[in-house]
Amino acid sequence: MKSFHLTVSALAFAAVAMPAAARDQVQVTGSSTVLPYATIVAEAFGENFDFPTPVVEGGGSGAGRKKLCEGVGENTVDIANSSSRISQSDIDLCTANGVTEIMEIRIGYDGIVFASDVNGADFALTPTDVYLALAAKVAKDGALIDNTSATWADVNATLPAQDILAFIPGTKHGTREVFDVKLLEAGCKETGALDIFLATAEGADDKEKEKNAKAMCHETRTDGKSVDIDGDYTETLARLDADKNAVGVFGLSFYENNMDKLKVATISGIAPSVATISDGTYPVSRPLFMYVKKAHIGVVPGLKEYLEFFVSDDMAGPNGPLAEYGLVSDPELAATQAAVAAETVMGPLE
Amino acid sequence: MTSAADFSPVPGRTAGSILTAAPDMARRNRAEARFRMYGVIAIAFSLSILAFMLITIFSDGISAFRQAKLAFPVTLEAAVLDPKGNGDREEMNKITTVGYTKVLVKSFLAAMEAKGIDTADLKDKEIGELISKEAAGDLRARVLADPSLLGQTLDLVVLATGRIDGYLKGRVTMESAKLDSNVSPEQLQFADKLSEAGILGLRWNVSFFTNPDASDQRPEAAGLGVAILGSLYMMILVALMCVPVGVAASIYLEEFAPKNRWTDLIEVNVSNLAAVPSIVFGILGLAIFINFAGLPQSSSLVGALVISLRTLPTVIIATRASIRAVPPSIRDAALGIGASKMQTVMHHVLPLAMPGILTGTILGLAVALGDTAPLLLIGMVAFVDNYPSLPVDGFLDPATALPVQVYSWATRSDPAFIERSNGAIIVLLGFLIIMNVAAVLLRRKFERRW
Repeated sequence: MKSFHLTVSALAFAAVAMPAAARDQVQVTGSSTVLPYATIVAEAFGENFDFPTPVVEGGGSGAGRKKLCEGVGENTVDIANSSSRISQSDIDLCTANGVTEIMEIRIGYDGIVFASDVNGADFALTPTDVYLALAAKVAKDGALIDNTSATWADVNATLPAQDILAFIPGTKHGTREVFDVKLLEAGCKETGALDIFLATAEGADDKEKEKNAKAMCHETRTDGKSVDIDGDYTETLARLDADKNAVGVFGLSFYENNMDKLKVATISGIAPSVATISDGTYPVSRPLFMYVKKAHIGVVPGLKEYLEFFVSDDMAGPNGPLAEYGLVSDPELAATQAAVAAETVMGPLE
Repeated sequence: MTSAADFSPVPGRTAGSILTAAPDMARRNRAEARFRMYGVIAIAFSLSILAFMLITIFSDGISAFRQAKLAFPVTLEAAVLDPKGNGDREEMNKITTVGYTKVLVKSFLAAMEAKGIDTADLKDKEIGELISKEAAGDLRARVLADPSLLGQTLDLVVLATGRIDGYLKGRVTMESAKLDSNVSPEQLQFADKLSEAGILGLRWNVSFFTNPDASDQRPEAAGLGVAILGSLYMMILVALMCVPVGVAASIYLEEFAPKNRWTDLIEVNVSNLAAVPSIVFGILGLAIFINFAGLPQSSSLVGALVISLRTLPTVIIATRASIRAVPPSIRDAALGIGASKMQTVMHHVLPLAMPGILTGTILGLAVALGDTAPLLLIGMVAFVDNYPSLPVDGFLDPATALPVQVYSWATRSDPAFIERSNGAIIVLLGFLIIMNVAAVLLRRKFERRW
């Protein structure tokens, strides 16, 4: 009797372990910034189409693109969401694994904001202030010294005399890259530190020197005034809640959903909003992308329909649900729609 | 040779009667009292941390079981939902949720008028925003499934939007609404009127257990349906895989295997395996089951395989302990009257060890139920909106699991998800308590002492 039971369970196991049936839903992975937008579209897609709702995963832009490049086939993902542009090394990995045709779809823009506790002081920051407050080394009288600024007022007399404490995204986030380039690097240049870094940078040629100098601009201070957050924005919010004096870096959509707890800082005098980001006056924004394996179009049911639905005016347009949630609509959406309809493959990176 | 002198008191101590208190007696008693107090403090400390945790979870999460809902009659206008009036499903498919939203809002406004509620303060659009976006999708699915509903007037109970829900639960206030772009104080005042009219109210939230996950724009609709099914499928599969393999391995190791260097090595490795962090099994699972064997991502089958690897050592250790607890006299007696080794095991040892195996397995499954880390790598930490179909096919469909849902809700930006995340923890704790109680009861009922 017992052996009969054992045989039955072994058979059941063998039955389920047989090769997978054809996949009938779209698989999406990648950036946790794009994740909420992708789920909003996936949900509406499942509601309004006869296809199953796509399965959407988070996990980070870089990890998502690696997964996309694992190969072609039903057990690999169809779409990688990304909050930064694909890199040459990703494309090389893709090519090596047989993923030769990738579609690049820009779905819109996302703003990055500084915000502090809703009852705290007002902040009007510039990239220079951010650099002087958070960089590891700052320029003084033509030489580099360790950053010793203790309060925001030390950095810029117009800022509140409040201890510097900033929660910035960790290096694994796509958001950090924008923070580095648009704020630290810009501030580095304006304060003249970049020139000093350039003079001392090592490298074979000017291009490499410049790259190294910029990397030095990206170094943040390590005395506990600048704290990397590797988790999500919810963690940053919790840290702000615990320390009301701190300033945190968030995505615009996160801020817009938590306006009752957060007060946003202006950057160079511009308050972040969908309007200021779409006309380009707010400096700290970045495009969001979807990378799609073209080989899966026509194989995975609903993939093309999902893409077209995503970039349609009903979804990604300025009055669509994505804009309502905080995505800054792409002014060139019509071109993107045409590219998706024609299944245009991305060319080599410039 | 020992003499009486050897039993003299320890040098330095005076010999005394046991009836009179020794001088250091008080000190030793104090030491013991202190020692016992440390124990009590340790227990009190652990209990207070547990109490703190439970209080936080319950105070934040218990509200997830009630949900703000709007009750009003909805007229399904055939002219809007089936413009050609021929009931052709293909053509009705073209009416998206946008069209259904219009129907809902129109009926809602009509209900306001019927009840005599003043709507002058708000635009029609702002009133429409009080209804959850989920309602239109639900209504559309319902009409498409049964086109005969067209033209009828239904008494519907639909979800209110998450901010209104938060207002009824005290999470959203007039002050916070002033700063909030998603809701205005006027809308909250209007919600007060609706509550008075009996249209809006908190109701028991069955959909928290049955609905699938929802996007960030409709936290009010998010539920644990897919996660509960996914966890159930995984537990079934884990039990199916772990029990036969674990019991077979344990019986062989305990009853048949020679005691030599190899079996020692296996024993050490089984114990080691039980202590390996579960994320390691996730990496293994991704490499073997998905990339090599080609099993579908996000499926409960792959999740179960990965978690089985983690549960197996626990089952083996528990099973071996309970087999070892069967006294040798039972085996000797069986062998003595001529039973073969296999008959001894099958007829006597295994039935007697069964209660122990069962409880060990249930406790192993309880640990497996709470495991999240390995699922992260095999694509189960995802937004899954469709229920997996029935077994056996359903084992290959995408699903999530209870702890995964806790994690993914905790990272969402809308504050309404904090409540749901804690609600999901309460449900998870409920399942764990049921499993652990079952284990205790089974042990009580079947345990035999020798």
